[in-house]
Amino acid sequence: MAMERTIYREIKATPAVWGLAAMLAAFIGAALLSVLYVEHHGHIVTGMNNQVVWGLPHVFAIFLIVAASGALNGASIASVFGQAPYKPIARLSAVLAMSLLIGGLAVLVLDLGRPDRLLVAITQNNFKSIFAWNIYLYTGFLAVVALYLAVQMNRIDYKYVRAAGTLAFLWRLALTTGTGSIFGWLVARPGYDAAIMAPLFIAMSFSFGLAVFILVLLALFKLSGRKVGGMLCHRLGGLLAIFAAAVLYFTAVQHLTALYAAEHAGIEDFILRSGGYITFLFWVGQVLIGGILPIALIYVPRFRDSSAEPVWASVFVIVGGLAQVYVIVVGGQLYPMELFPGYEASSSFFDGEIASYSPSFNELILGLGGVAIALFAVGLAAKILRILPTNLADANIPQE
Amino acid sequence: MTFRMPNDVKQPPAQRAANRAEMTRRDILRSGAAVASLTLAPGVTLMAFGGSPAEAAGAKADAGKRWGLLIDISKCKDDCTACISACKTENGWGGGDNPETDAQWIRKVTLKNTATGHTETMPMMCQHCEKPPCVDVCPTGASMKRVDGIVLVDKHRCIGCRYCMMACPYKARSFVHEPVINQKADAPRGVGTVESCTLCVHRVDAGGTPACVEACAAEGHGAIIFGDLKDPTSDISKRLADYPSVALRPDLDLNPGVRFTNLG
Repeated sequence: MAMERTIYREIKATPAVWGLAAMLAAFIGAALLSVLYVEHHGHIVTGMNNQVVWGLPHVFAIFLIVAASGALNGASIASVFGQAPYKPIARLSAVLAMSLLIGGLAVLVLDLGRPDRLLVAITQNNFKSIFAWNIYLYTGFLAVVALYLAVQMNRIDYKYVRAAGTLAFLWRLALTTGTGSIFGWLVARPGYDAAIMAPLFIAMSFSFGLAVFILVLLALFKLSGRKVGGMLCHRLGGLLAIFAAAVLYFTAVQHLTALYAAEHAGIEDFILRSGGYITFLFWVGQVLIGGILPIALIYVPRFRDSSAEPVWASVFVIVGGLAQVYVIVVGGQLYPMELFPGYEASSSFFDGEIASYSPSFNELILGLGGVAIALFAVGLAAKILRILPTNLADANIPQE
Repeated sequence: MTFRMPNDVKQPPAQRAANRAEMTRRDILRSGAAVASLTLAPGVTLMAFGGSPAEAAGAKADAGKRWGLLIDISKCKDDCTACISACKTENGWGGGDNPETDAQWIRKVTLKNTATGHTETMPMMCQHCEKPPCVDVCPTGASMKRVDGIVLVDKHRCIGCRYCMMACPYKARSFVHEPVINQKADAPRGVGTVESCTLCVHRVDAGGTPACVEACAAEGHGAIIFGDLKDPTSDISKRLADYPSVALRPDLDLNPGVRFTNLG
């Protein structure tokens, strides 16, 4: 069958599209109301406290930021590694990467104690801070990916697309290294302070970002009545299994290394054995749902041929990914810092105690608002820009 | 932003003009109406243009000094909390009823030696590190160390990201979770920002000692000594030289300005 050239068209404003847009707008509105409420009363109305200073909003923000970098997978594979079958999805891949980053950053900024001082964060930087570096890594990522999208959409010489794609690929590696290093460079806390945080976060980005991409791609195609063939889906699913395995691998190395050091026995026991719901989130959420299940779905022949396989694998990776980020962010703070080695410490400020944290509804609404911002942005882009191919049926996928 | 404005009449006019020229339009705009001046020594006036109180306070710091505390744990009485009460009164924190979210600039920690079972108590506050992780990680530079070693938060620059609280190995910082009222003029606080022990910088700059040190001495315990670690003739330096002492988390090599002795 003769292959038609990839044609990109905006999605039509059907009632389903409007309905979805209204729902996402409602979530965004609710998140903004929640921000106003917390702004007015202070963080006392969240579940966060002086022991757990980063809570559920940070779980969502970090998940979205990490996923943003991974959403670029499709574009990178097409432009940097020259895999033709991925070329039709490169535009959406770039747009989703930007959208997820904007959603994540919105949550991060709106959870600040003083979000009104955003201008201070932009104009006054301490360049010894990895947080300050990240401000530039994040805004730079938006600029680089926007450039990459622009060269793709203008059908100019492919060498420019490849150059912009390579720059975006390198930038995303730096971005996720920076995000992982927010934790990796914290010398004070036993759950962090590990160089492996950077590559672990890169592996997480590959996995979470691809999972979100698969779901968004399929949702947008279903919404606009376009066809996606099984071949592309299974290709993406296969890749997802490899990335999920990479996350498991880095997680195993992270914990085995920590277990070997007697000083980290306490935090490891907390995460892996005695930490209550944190232990549950680790083994059932992160390892089983986020790792073993999606890998099994993709590699076990009985499930592999099902058309729903990449969808379920993606859902599992996202659920497991949120659990993993929760274990890292919240679990790492619940376990007390070792201020006095050789002593049992206690105080009115919870020294030596496992802290407690129950996320409030406000935090959940803000986090979901970030997801809604990301999805709204990608939907809006698909509505006004030509980023979505009209047909991704097997016969229309370019071959290597 | 600060300017040294020598008012020595013998200074050449060109020099005086140059000093004035350092004041840019932006600086003047920033200064607003708040201009504080302090006579440091005859002929030398230090003027602080109110960019922020913390910046103004930094102007009074002397790079030739490093302020520190030496805490003798054997003198710290188990049931005494005079240092905490004094700090609360001096700096206007406390009074809340939610221990998980209320600020604690100073706290009493009970330590039980896991090998011997020996129990003791000690006050714990910002350790005023020479290489403070809170200052390193702060994205905006709100967390800062004065040249005299006092670590502070500029409440006007803090965006409330709490990264410093993640980074501090001593759990010395608190986030202000609720709007604050009845603040002390010398210790500004603000909802949504991070705060910690200031070593009573306002007292130190006026030649005094921190409230906790004073209260401990008034109780007759004298467990906390305040002084200049750079001055070999100061009481604190002599004691550090003569008796064994430790810094907390010495493995991190942060060289805290707060030292402990008689940790059993």
